[in-house]
Amino acid sequence: MSETTPQRVNDFVLKFANVNGTGSASANGLLMKTIFRMGVPVTAKNFFPSNIQGLPTWYEIRISKDGYSSRSGRIDLMVAMNAQTYADDLAEVTSGGYLLYDSSWPRERQLRRDDIQLLGVPLAMLVNQQYDDPRSRILFKNIAYVGVLSALLDLDLAVIDEILDELYARKPGMLEANHQAVALGRDYALAHFACPLPVRVEPMDKTKGHVIIDGNTAAAMGCLYAGASVGAWYPITPSTSLMDAFKALCERYRIDPKSGKNRFCIIQAEDELAAIGMALGASWGGARSFTPTSGPGLSLMGEFLGLAYFTELPLVLFDIQRSGPSTGLPTRTQQADIIAAAYASHGDTRHVLLFPKDPEECFYLTVEAFDLADRLQTPVMVLSDLDIGMNDWMCPEFKWDDNYRPDRGKVLRKKELEAMDSFSRYLDVDGDGICYRSYPGDHPRGAYFLRGSGHTAHAKYTEDPDEYTALVDRLRRKWETAKSHVPEPVLLSRNQAVAGVIAYGSSDGAVQEALDRLEEQGVPMDYLRIRAFPFNEQVDRFLAAHERVFVVEQNRDGQLRMLLLNESTARREQLISVLHYSGFPLGCDSVISQIQATISVKGAAA
Amino acid sequence: MSFISKPRVGHPALQRNELGLRQRDYEGTISTLCAGCGHDSISAALIQTFFELNIEPYRVAKISGIGCSSKTPAYFLSQSHAFNSVHGRMPSVTMGANAANCSMIFVGISGDGDSLSIGMGQFCHAIRRNLNMAYIIENNGVYGLTKGQFSATADIGSTAKKGEVNNQKPIDAALTAINQGAGYVARGFSGDKEHLVPLLKGALRHKGMALVDIISPCVTFNDHQGSTKSYAHTREHFHQLEQTDFVAPAEEITVSNEGRDLTPVTLHDGSRILLRNVKNGYDPRDQAAAFAYLKNCQLRGEIPTGLLFIDENSIDFHERNNTIETPLIDLAHEDICPGADALADMLGGYR
Repeated sequence: MSETTPQRVNDFVLKFANVNGTGSASANGLLMKTIFRMGVPVTAKNFFPSNIQGLPTWYEIRISKDGYSSRSGRIDLMVAMNAQTYADDLAEVTSGGYLLYDSSWPRERQLRRDDIQLLGVPLAMLVNQQYDDPRSRILFKNIAYVGVLSALLDLDLAVIDEILDELYARKPGMLEANHQAVALGRDYALAHFACPLPVRVEPMDKTKGHVIIDGNTAAAMGCLYAGASVGAWYPITPSTSLMDAFKALCERYRIDPKSGKNRFCIIQAEDELAAIGMALGASWGGARSFTPTSGPGLSLMGEFLGLAYFTELPLVLFDIQRSGPSTGLPTRTQQADIIAAAYASHGDTRHVLLFPKDPEECFYLTVEAFDLADRLQTPVMVLSDLDIGMNDWMCPEFKWDDNYRPDRGKVLRKKELEAMDSFSRYLDVDGDGICYRSYPGDHPRGAYFLRGSGHTAHAKYTEDPDEYTALVDRLRRKWETAKSHVPEPVLLSRNQAVAGVIAYGSSDGAVQEALDRLEEQGVPMDYLRIRAFPFNEQVDRFLAAHERVFVVEQNRDGQLRMLLLNESTARREQLISVLHYSGFPLGCDSVISQIQATISVKGAAA
Repeated sequence: MSFISKPRVGHPALQRNELGLRQRDYEGTISTLCAGCGHDSISAALIQTFFELNIEPYRVAKISGIGCSSKTPAYFLSQSHAFNSVHGRMPSVTMGANAANCSMIFVGISGDGDSLSIGMGQFCHAIRRNLNMAYIIENNGVYGLTKGQFSATADIGSTAKKGEVNNQKPIDAALTAINQGAGYVARGFSGDKEHLVPLLKGALRHKGMALVDIISPCVTFNDHQGSTKSYAHTREHFHQLEQTDFVAPAEEITVSNEGRDLTPVTLHDGSRILLRNVKNGYDPRDQAAAFAYLKNCQLRGEIPTGLLFIDENSIDFHERNNTIETPLIDLAHEDICPGADALADMLGGYR
């Protein structure tokens, strides 16, 4: 078989089928890091259940010399370590590919395929001979398959050793055992198979200056660098790791050296209602504050979001989007909170949204979110998703300018208030809809009574129809101002494009790859990646320049399309949805086939 | 409500406090509550409390939820900062504001509906955190703004204005607070300002959660015969556990407030509350005994008032969380941003 298998050097997909809670994550991560350190671009995606132990879990590593990061639709080598899912895992392997399995026990006869090569390694038997305690036997079975793969894929053993040395620098016993387990698997593979396989890794130089990081950690770094000092949250997958990361960073970088005390305050709230209340209280108090959550939390935060909009309090809210309500798919990814976020709450409300495409943008757009929230005095929601937030992405290293100072917007502190005759919290002095605010406790003149929609320009209670109308009209004016402040979309033009494509967030990788393939097929298209709501002029210019625009998104109802129809010059017949909403990340094959289908039916647009 | 505002100019002979401020400087706008509302008496008690404690109004943050009670921050301390939040969520906003700037004095105004129904979760969790604040419940047993529905503090057998009888067990704010471990729990009656002011002073000076549950009759919807939160019923059934005096740190305990059965309770800032025992043997420092006594009172339909419980050694949220004393909003950006080199170092772990 191997003679007929085409060479797939630095261009293949490795998939691991494991059982949740067996320690496979560290083995899979070790492999991914090894390939990365060999200079070959990688992206990893973890497909895990809402479970602590026992249910099936998968880990997919895409190795792409061209730097593509989305799911390609191929599985070139499956490491099938879960008997429960073995049949499905076997079926999923791309014809001509490989399946590595534990041959310690006989497999059922009907589970076979002739168009792929099966590589049986008696992993359990090997580790059971080597280790005595049950926990080690489970853990090192994983490390043993790392050893097998190191031989099959021609991985640099020195790199594996180096990573293990770093991981277990303080646990010499564990280090030794890990090295042993790698050797166990590697020796077996070298003795029994023709190594390396045609599917293999060759060292490159394409990962220098890059890191492998998840979006929630990157966003937490953004919070740290933007100077957020108060974070309130309620645990919810997949946003939890954002606050976990922020806490770890603060404990490392925000401890006052003199007193040993915290220069931050993280509060685990009793629910999301309280989490956003705390974040808003802190914002009113003058701190940069944030709350990370996911869809169900966003719904619970609705009431406070309306109050924040009307009382004009800055707030950064992270919505790490997942699928649907309650139980079901809380560990699957989607972009399905767009409408819920854009118009969250009761009354006439609309909110600024940012759409990071990957961890790198999670870092930079988080810092920008804090500046925007302060500048516009309104909640800014960063709409990430599970794919960005919890998966490991390869990104250029983040850079930081030490000259950065938070832009707190129009704030009057003690000195300015001292020099004023009077202060009116909601008076539009500059005509841009943004008023001056004060922090409590700074100065007597800065004191005002913050309340819901019924307030005058001087922050006095009112139920007067003209005063209320004036307030909501000014908030609309502020919305217009926001358009020139939010990040611009990113335009990628191609010669003689036949149509336009609009996408946002984590769909970017799949869309970019799909557009490369479509151009090869003679269907070049322009691409506008939207990074913020409200939409600005560039969006309208793109719409005006393209008769037909495909809108790619990861939800059933075409929520960004709805928003475009509502908030831009787009025409209904102009926008064609390309949708993906299975809960797994978007793959480029799905984008290609849907666009191809439309184009072959309707013909290329003029 | 009254429509006539008092003139801003005060008589020169009006008494001034140590800051040179008159009591007038602690007042708010004209109340829009019903004439005779117990809440207005509480606002008056608060005005006197802040005046006598010599607190700069702008150093006070008044936070409230929704309801008649939550409107009252407009009626006292108009020179203070106020946040009228959403229903039942005053504690969370106060928590956040306190996290941003722990140097301010936080007074939360809530009602029985706001704290014991929609806000029950936040009420209990603010206590768990031992947030440093004075938490005032203006308790009238009824929803006033929506015209007379029972609240969660309505007693069994209590009747609504239209005759309906409540048959659900009440939630007692003070019992709940003691059970949850609040460090300062008091109950007052809006009709007894003299007794209420020292309780409020103690609450403001206690470091940690200080709950003051104040029976405050609703003259419009819950002041009739058959109500157990009316002026008449409360006057008939309340009894003071002790006579309470508040003594500021610098003041000496004088002969006039000395006497037999006098228990001085010291607060974190050195001020003291002097309790002259009225009920024999009641010790507000004994959590279990206080709980048992109050539970028995509740079953007998009695309303004990006074300092019900105090933990002189309570450790507040920031102390437990090791938060720096400097208010977080006063930290310079350099103090909280690790800088470019640290970022490069941090990212080194992601290769």
